[in-house]
Amino acid sequence: MAENALLNVENLTVRFAVKRGSSWGRKSYLYAVDDISFQIKRGETLAIVGESGSGKSTTALAVARLVPAHSGKVELDGEDFLALEDEALRQARSKIQFIFQDPYSSLNPRLRAEAIVREPLDSLKSVPEADRQAIVDRLFKAVGLRKEQQRLFPHQFSGGQRQRIGIARALVTQPQLVICDEPVSALDVAVQAQILNLLRELQSEFGLTYLFISHDLGVVQHMCDSIAVMYMGKIVEHADRLSLFNNPLHPYTAALLSAVPSVDKARREATKRILIPGDPPDPINPPKGCRFANRCPVAQAQCRDAEPPLRDLKGGHRVACHLVGDDAVSPL
Amino acid sequence: MSEQVKVPEEEVVEARSPFSEAWEMFRRNHAAMAGLVVLILIVIAAIIGPPLYAVDPFEMVWAPFSPPGVDGFILGTDYLGRDLVAALLGGARVSLIIGLAAAFVTVAIGVTVGALAGFYLGWVEEVLMRITEFFQVLPTLLFSMVIVALFGASLPMITFAIGVVSWPPVARITRAEFLRIRELEYVTASRASGAKNFKLMFSVILPNALPPIIVQSALMVGSAILFEAGLSFLGLTDPNVVSWGQVIGSNRQYILDAPYTVTIPGLAIFVTVLAISLVGDGLNDALNPKLRQR
Amino acid sequence: MSEPLLKVENLRIELTTRDGIAPVIDNLSFELNAGENISFVGESGCGKSMTALGIMGLLPEKIGRIASGSITFDGEDLTAASEARLKEIRGNDISMIFQEPMTSLNPVYTVGEQIAEVLRRHQGLSAAQAWTKAIELLDAVRIPNPQARVSDYPFQMSGGQRQRVMIAIALACEPKILIADEPTTALDVTVQAQIFDLLRDLQAETGTAIMLITHDMGAVAEMSERMIVMYAGSKAEEGRVDEVIEHARHPYTKGLISCVPHIMQTLTEERHKLTEIEGIVPSLREFGRNNCLFAARCELVEDRCLSERPPENGFGKTQKAACWRAEEV
Repeated sequence: MAENALLNVENLTVRFAVKRGSSWGRKSYLYAVDDISFQIKRGETLAIVGESGSGKSTTALAVARLVPAHSGKVELDGEDFLALEDEALRQARSKIQFIFQDPYSSLNPRLRAEAIVREPLDSLKSVPEADRQAIVDRLFKAVGLRKEQQRLFPHQFSGGQRQRIGIARALVTQPQLVICDEPVSALDVAVQAQILNLLRELQSEFGLTYLFISHDLGVVQHMCDSIAVMYMGKIVEHADRLSLFNNPLHPYTAALLSAVPSVDKARREATKRILIPGDPPDPINPPKGCRFANRCPVAQAQCRDAEPPLRDLKGGHRVACHLVGDDAVSPL
Repeated sequence: MSEQVKVPEEEVVEARSPFSEAWEMFRRNHAAMAGLVVLILIVIAAIIGPPLYAVDPFEMVWAPFSPPGVDGFILGTDYLGRDLVAALLGGARVSLIIGLAAAFVTVAIGVTVGALAGFYLGWVEEVLMRITEFFQVLPTLLFSMVIVALFGASLPMITFAIGVVSWPPVARITRAEFLRIRELEYVTASRASGAKNFKLMFSVILPNALPPIIVQSALMVGSAILFEAGLSFLGLTDPNVVSWGQVIGSNRQYILDAPYTVTIPGLAIFVTVLAISLVGDGLNDALNPKLRQR
Repeated sequence: MSEPLLKVENLRIELTTRDGIAPVIDNLSFELNAGENISFVGESGCGKSMTALGIMGLLPEKIGRIASGSITFDGEDLTAASEARLKEIRGNDISMIFQEPMTSLNPVYTVGEQIAEVLRRHQGLSAAQAWTKAIELLDAVRIPNPQARVSDYPFQMSGGQRQRVMIAIALACEPKILIADEPTTALDVTVQAQIFDLLRDLQAETGTAIMLITHDMGAVAEMSERMIVMYAGSKAEEGRVDEVIEHARHPYTKGLISCVPHIMQTLTEERHKLTEIEGIVPSLREFGRNNCLFAARCELVEDRCLSERPPENGFGKTQKAACWRAEEV
């Protein structure tokens, strides 16, 4: 295992009980996150991408212990985060902070901006009260807000400014890991750039480590050092940025990439649209083989029979597909 | 930018709390403002009336059934020759106190039950909501009559009786709001930054759940006054204090001979409850962010 | 070229707000030819959707109205048409699909009933004919097993399938114009690609003109021949898509293109800072002022921009931009 990994997630599984009418009260489970493992190095950014229902947001929430994990391990800086309870957990929460998607529902409308940013400090009481205002002042400046705006209430800010407040709140406890859950997808395109630039500036200024959840491959490509692609609760491919975008190996990754509309004429002409018809299978009764087999353009008999494991190819490129050999050539 | 160009400075906005914006909205609602003014007048009358108009409402000061305006009695006298102005002023105190106190009891029980049910979910919610439903299906007037009849007709007991039968709607509203708000990201954010359950419940979720609860409790004051009038009309009242319902109840046999003895306190109840309803409606519009945009 | 299918001239749409009357659309002119595919791009609050609602005669009642200008559809001025005539045109000649396919379908009727209802109302088909046609339409929008799915309720379908049903309803009467208001914003990217493919194929088959409203330059490049960039209620730039993307003449267009991290054909290790467009779209109160409304966010701003509204300058055959310094962009 890499020595410099800040976050080490092993075999993480999150399941939800679902009631199904016909099962006489017997519980079925939806495995939203099904046995996934990944690491993030200190100071780097890992993106988890996927479409709705892929389990990417649930993964983020489970890492931050905002939804309970069913099994697995989440180690932050060597400490098992899932084993913490009560007061220890409450204090440890300062080490993992969250930036939310919706800048409108993520700020308490009854608090002034300064109180929102200060709230984690007030809850954790790790910093003496006298020092808290100075920290808030510094972060307001760092995220590009003026001091007099601290007195305002959330509804007096624009979407982009609100997201800046959310970012300041996430950084106020000096967390080791910041989870960004679709941080710009609710914002207007012109404002997205401001927030993305800010996130990168803050990363280099404070040496932050990001777990970046997004469905937007363009954004991910710009923000992240490595990318994990999820499909129905599983990681299907995990590689560094250039390998993944220049040589996508899993047919799902390739389809996902080919579906992104581009302004680059060269790319439009070079990309062949890979059609993946239909919808994902029922997540409560997933097929026994590869979960993508029913939509995969190159699926074969073995894909429907056995689930492909996530294998390590050369250079840390991991892929879960029977049809990818050790030579790392796309089956398409 | 090569040359110096003046770009309009971003205007400095003053901090406006949700409360001050709601007040701004409320002020523009004429009906609600009228209601508020009337209500304030009634409250002032209830506070300074009895000391200023020093007539004991129980004392027989004049001949019975003296019509309003005759012999110096502005609102006349009742069947025992008691001054109706004194009864009206004294009754205002009792009606308002019972209204407010009963609404307070209602909100205290309702919010506690609703908050616990909406926050903890699971079996806590199941049990509390079944209890709520139990109280909701009880015939309210009958049940409160039983309480008052069993434990005695004192003001605290009447207040308690009204509160105990009226809290279920408040509990349901509180629970619904908690269920909605607990899913919002700012609650998750507080949780992610180490807030304790007690803090989440009462200083994060509850303040945001307040608007509909405030509206409901404002209307509750009005219905508690009506409730008290109903009880005292039936004779279930503290015989040592005068209240509007009691005046109506004790004069009801003479409604044909001296209709003013019943209509004047009736009118007082009507005006007070109407004023409270107008204020409640105004609060509803002012606190509802969806209506605020118009 | 013959008369365009839709011709909008000097359109001004006013909205009554608490602060008075504001022109949400100010002096907008454009043309749409039969079978053409045009895109409207811009941030939210720039009047893209309002333009669409104006054309459909669906402006918010009481507070919105067309103050001046004309909308000529097939030789007929829609601003002068009666409400009854507009109803006839909506659904028959111009139809619209929306961003959120869940709320635009009625949850208590099956999708078949909802499609058949449109056919009966507008085309006078019998119930049985309408039902058969509904199945055909579901097949046309590529919903697998349409005979069975026609009796599904909206909640039984995925987001992409619901948007297909909306497209089926919109195309039921073979309209001449289909307005698609952010049709894929709520959908996953692979589903978006399917919907775009579907729209393109249907357009080729039926010859419908499509007016796509979007904020995604990639989608514009993928879908349309011509584009109009809207800013603060006015047209900032207009032109052929490849020309505009190659060389935008309005700083706003340029910003919109370069502020998004696009996936390019060749990715390199290097990642530049994204171009930012400072600030936000001005509030409605400032719409209609006699200056360049983009000036406050513009890098090229000069005194003239703050005192006078820039006229539209032509570049090449089709490209036009409303900027004083368009030559330098």
